[in-house]
Amino acid sequence: MDISYIWYFLSGLTLLSALMVVLAKNPIHSVLYLVFTFFCISGHYVLLNAQFLMAVNIIVYAGAIMVLFLFVIMMLDLRKNKPDSKSPLTKLAGVIVSGVLLVIFIAAFHKNNMPSPTAEAVGFSSQTGMVENLGKILYSEYLLPFELVSILFFVAMVGAVLLGKREAGERNF
Amino acid sequence: MELLNDVFTAKAIFVGIVFAITLGIAAYSTYFERKIAAFMQDRIGPDRAGPFGILQPLADAVKMFMKEDFIPANSNKWLFIAGPCLSMLTALMTSAVVPFGDTVTVAGVTFDLQGIDVNIGILWVFGIVSLGVYGILIGGWASNNKYSLLGAIRAASQNISYELAMGMSIIAILMLTGSLSTKTIVETQQAGHWNILQQPLGFLIFLICSFAECNRTPFDLPECETELIGGYHTEYSSMKLGFYLFAEYINMFISGAVMATLFFGGYDYPGYAFVAGQFGTTVAAFVGMGALIGKALLFVFVFMWVRWTLPRFRYDQLMGLGWTGLIPLAMFNVVVTGFGILIGQPILAGIAGVVILIAGLFLNDAIFRKKKLA
Repeated sequence: MDISYIWYFLSGLTLLSALMVVLAKNPIHSVLYLVFTFFCISGHYVLLNAQFLMAVNIIVYAGAIMVLFLFVIMMLDLRKNKPDSKSPLTKLAGVIVSGVLLVIFIAAFHKNNMPSPTAEAVGFSSQTGMVENLGKILYSEYLLPFELVSILFFVAMVGAVLLGKREAGERNF
Repeated sequence: MELLNDVFTAKAIFVGIVFAITLGIAAYSTYFERKIAAFMQDRIGPDRAGPFGILQPLADAVKMFMKEDFIPANSNKWLFIAGPCLSMLTALMTSAVVPFGDTVTVAGVTFDLQGIDVNIGILWVFGIVSLGVYGILIGGWASNNKYSLLGAIRAASQNISYELAMGMSIIAILMLTGSLSTKTIVETQQAGHWNILQQPLGFLIFLICSFAECNRTPFDLPECETELIGGYHTEYSSMKLGFYLFAEYINMFISGAVMATLFFGGYDYPGYAFVAGQFGTTVAAFVGMGALIGKALLFVFVFMWVRWTLPRFRYDQLMGLGWTGLIPLAMFNVVVTGFGILIGQPILAGIAGVVILIAGLFLNDAIFRKKKLA
């Protein structure tokens, strides 16, 4: 079996589950479809020989962030907090904006005529995605961006702790 | 092609055997849990089904299947069914990367006693463990019961909190080994160089976190019956409840096997060289598989022992211990390990780290805590 068939199957599955995230009526179902979408994307990482990214994607997104999403949605009373249905004008505006965005994307790809990467391309190595090589590249060539990203994460973390902290005398519930 | 097929068949048979062993041990864990509980409370325990009650798990299984399979009217039917299935699935997937033994040769086919040797082995375990909470979370929500939901939410926040400390304690192991592959981690510990000697603190953190991840006492808040009736499985009956309970026992056994792999030398045992010299490496590898399962069972016993020793934590104590106790401790452990690698004495640094920690805690207590008045 050719590997491109697996790719087509996986891509179809990814797009289908991503669509279901938007189309599902029940928010819990949406979150579960989103988890499944992350699994499909992890499958793509495996096809790209990037096992480390696949594991980290599952641990961070499927294992931690989506659990918190689910957590928050379960806390809401879904029968009471139904979103109000939007007015026709809002819907029309949404359709126009997203349609224009789609046209821009298609035009950009069409204009640039992206070359598809081949296995014979210069500097291609099937071992790039392995954890040792990834670490070496990350800590030598891309050290500055890496450290900047970690500072960004740190700032976000401090912000989250600050927001979550109770002021003295605030209600304790 | 012929060789590939042979190895494939051998691996398939091996995976089937591991599957059967896991399920068998999980079934008999329920019996031993009750026997050990009985022993610790000076009772006799189950003794009616068969000699010494050893047929009790079979009787329990028959009972579970014969009971009415009830789905509450206002529940979300498909998610209600998916909950226990997911719990069982994630519990069984972890054992794929645990190296049960060294290379063996059976009927002319040479293969490893391990499901798959991937170079991200320990991250696989970690990823599956972090998915384990979905079964509980979905089942608890789909029951449409406030108590179930509270249990599920407790399970989710508890698992996420303790995963962090667990990951930090694994990092120290990775620093010593330099590889994520479980096979390599075990191979560096052969001939008695077990990681527990260099990582006493890391092992303690990992043990506590695995108690929390398995939802075992003293961290079994998600099914705390005094507050939440039955917790996340309040609405479940019949074999769906059975699956939830079964998944817990499987998780206990697998986390025991993972702890043995990371800290207690995996399939290493004293006298490996002697057995290999006398009977060949294949026999030695199979004895090693027995040794690993023995170590895992020892940890299962520790799980049961602690259950009847320590009372349950309060929920805020649980969160406080996870976030303000274990995570800083794990960071301290990483620093100590790094220092040990720097001076080339990891064992010395490991022991010195524990001594410094205890001394520091005493000092902190003496200086900053107000003495309690009698």
